[in-house]
Amino acid sequence: MSTNHAVLAHHFENLEQQRETAAFGMWIFLATEVLIFGAIFTCYAIYRLRYPLDFEAASARLNVLIGSINTIVLLSSSLTMALSVHATRVGRQQMLLTCLLLTILLGATFLGLKVVEYYQDYKEKLVPVLAFDPDEWTQIEGVEAPVQPQRVQLMLVFYYIMTGLHAAHMIVGMGLLIWLVIEARRGLLTPVRYMPVEVIGLYWHFVDIVWIFLLPLLYLTGTHQAPPWLPIPPIHF
Amino acid sequence: MSSAITTGFVPQAKTRPPRTPGENYLNVAFGVKSWLLTTDHKRIAILYLVTLTILFFIGGAAATVIRLNLMTPNGELVPADTYNKLFSAHGIIMVWFFLVPVVPTVLGNFLVPMMIGARDLAFPKINLLSWYVFTIGAIITLWALLAGGVDTGWTFYTPFSSKYARTNVLPTMIGIFISGFSSIMTGLNFIATMHTMRAPGLTWFRMPLFLWAHYAASIILVLATPVLAMALILVGVERAWGIGIFDPELGGDPVLFQHLFWFYSHPVVYIMLLPAMGIVSEIVTCFSRKHIFGYVFVLWSSIGIAVLSFLVWAHHMFVAGQSVYSALIFSALSYMVAVPSAIKVFNWTATLYKGSIAFETPLLFALGFIALFTMGGLTGLFLAALGVDMHVHDTYFIIAHFHFIMVGGSVMGYMGGLHYWWPKMTGRMYSDFLSKLAALIIFVGFILTFLPQFVLGYLGMPRRYHVYPPEFQVLNVMSSAGASILAVGYVLPLFYMLWSLYAGKPSGPNPWGATGLEWQTPSPPPPHNFDETPIVTTGPYEYSIEESALVH
Repeated sequence: MSTNHAVLAHHFENLEQQRETAAFGMWIFLATEVLIFGAIFTCYAIYRLRYPLDFEAASARLNVLIGSINTIVLLSSSLTMALSVHATRVGRQQMLLTCLLLTILLGATFLGLKVVEYYQDYKEKLVPVLAFDPDEWTQIEGVEAPVQPQRVQLMLVFYYIMTGLHAAHMIVGMGLLIWLVIEARRGLLTPVRYMPVEVIGLYWHFVDIVWIFLLPLLYLTGTHQAPPWLPIPPIHF
Repeated sequence: MSSAITTGFVPQAKTRPPRTPGENYLNVAFGVKSWLLTTDHKRIAILYLVTLTILFFIGGAAATVIRLNLMTPNGELVPADTYNKLFSAHGIIMVWFFLVPVVPTVLGNFLVPMMIGARDLAFPKINLLSWYVFTIGAIITLWALLAGGVDTGWTFYTPFSSKYARTNVLPTMIGIFISGFSSIMTGLNFIATMHTMRAPGLTWFRMPLFLWAHYAASIILVLATPVLAMALILVGVERAWGIGIFDPELGGDPVLFQHLFWFYSHPVVYIMLLPAMGIVSEIVTCFSRKHIFGYVFVLWSSIGIAVLSFLVWAHHMFVAGQSVYSALIFSALSYMVAVPSAIKVFNWTATLYKGSIAFETPLLFALGFIALFTMGGLTGLFLAALGVDMHVHDTYFIIAHFHFIMVGGSVMGYMGGLHYWWPKMTGRMYSDFLSKLAALIIFVGFILTFLPQFVLGYLGMPRRYHVYPPEFQVLNVMSSAGASILAVGYVLPLFYMLWSLYAGKPSGPNPWGATGLEWQTPSPPPPHNFDETPIVTTGPYEYSIEESALVH
């Protein structure tokens, strides 16, 4: 992680060993990440099974449109990230720079949309403690068993912790990508020294995969009203 | 020495920058900056050694006050809430800021690269970062413990920790959360290093058992620590904003916290224990001049312990209201952990059998480990039995059991390792007489401190209580008297080890005549460990080959 011009660090025998070690280290780190997200997914799953109606009611109020757009944005960023890795390995500097900047742009779009979504959640009184109206949840039309506000809060808290943790990972990833752009502009990312792009790429793809799980868990469990311009009945996932 | 050097490896013709004769990792640079910005794994090990020694004595001071208070049934020394804060501080410091990191970060950091014939760990800067992260976490926690304290115990059970405790719970948890990242960095570094940086010829099944033990412990560090991080985040969110994640009044489940907590905190016991077991394997072979009995069994028992450690966590919750069926399964799985642990004890014993044993200080500690760990392990089986656990749960029986494992096991092993590799780390020998005396004092003091606690627990004295019925006083006084002996045993090495730095006689590269790549370097080792990358040609404990080579 240094700007050291000598590509081979002092404690490695050769470049192959250095590359292998870098990728291996990232995979181990991702194993840690799987466990950190795994813990919160487990907690979520337990309460989701225990309070299905409350969780579905809360899920129905989340903004599935922004969630879906963000999924497309994030998956596209994985494509540009993969292309950056390819560009480095074949030594196409201009393509590398373009792809990295596109990845950053898509990541920023995701985070920007996320901020808009959080703000709309706030306006719709979906933020426990800050803006939340318990009475609103006690009489929902069309739901037979009463929904309990504190269980809805539980779902919403999980929503904020899970998406917040994901967003924190995105922000770290953006920082790493900006560092890569600086390195690329200085011509330090070459077919010989491509590992920084590959390793950060692994991380970026992991963060994308987490989102693939978050979308159905959080957004798609409730019944969503179709937008007025779509001539289809309410969607139940 | 030339005959010993040919054992196990032949120098490889490989270019290295020439080294000034007599240059080593300690005298290559001087000044505070050269230490605080070092990426040399050996110097980072010394940084950890100093930090952890300080923390050990802080945690020990808390234990001293606890034992003094328990001399009398009414606890006249400190008030009840101070007592609660003292045992919490003792547990938190000793678990997270001493026992978990101590063997991997001090001896592991120093020895893992040397034992595999590498110049450094895979990620030297991450290694340094781990020390800074650990130190920041430790400072935050210490500040929280000193400025007000915490009264939840080291387990932070909800809803007490999340709702009712009016003490510094959040800052303490933040400190522990931060220090967890240092654990992950260390574990990650070790795994990557052992996978990719082994010297030519050092196959997986030629690795010393110390390395296998660290490999197993690193797997736990990497996979268990994040779950604790998440548990702490959730308690923090609940505490800060009053959301009922673990609060039954608001729909949460307090037992879920216990599941998360023990999913980390049971494997963590093996993080403390496995590296110490690795140390014992090295010491026992060296001082009985024999190959380890059943190398493959000892190796796979380390991995077996690491795997099983993830499957037994709910045996801490037999009285917490879980279903009888899951309790049955967790009880059976807990019994299974005894199998790999017993394999180790039997194999060490078989290694000693008919060996030419030299009772040097490290071996005394290792023998102490084997004896005390066996007692701690067997009483663990009592606790894994559902019926017995109902009776002794949350009593001094538990306290005695896990102190036998953690202090009698881990700390004994660590002391043995420190004495074994001290000549390698510093190039100096400590006092033979005083070190043997310390080993003896620690053993006697330990037995006297914790054996009465088994009886106390069986008779029904609950843990964490500030007062007790007068009929328990004799056993408590015995325990406190033992603790004072134990304290002497722990302070003594501090003096003769420091003294050895000034007045100890030079040890030479291999004072114990041990095999292993780390002993093939000068003491203290040069900055890059090996002038030439070694090629390994034999397994780790070829004492028979070396003995015959020395005869000629």
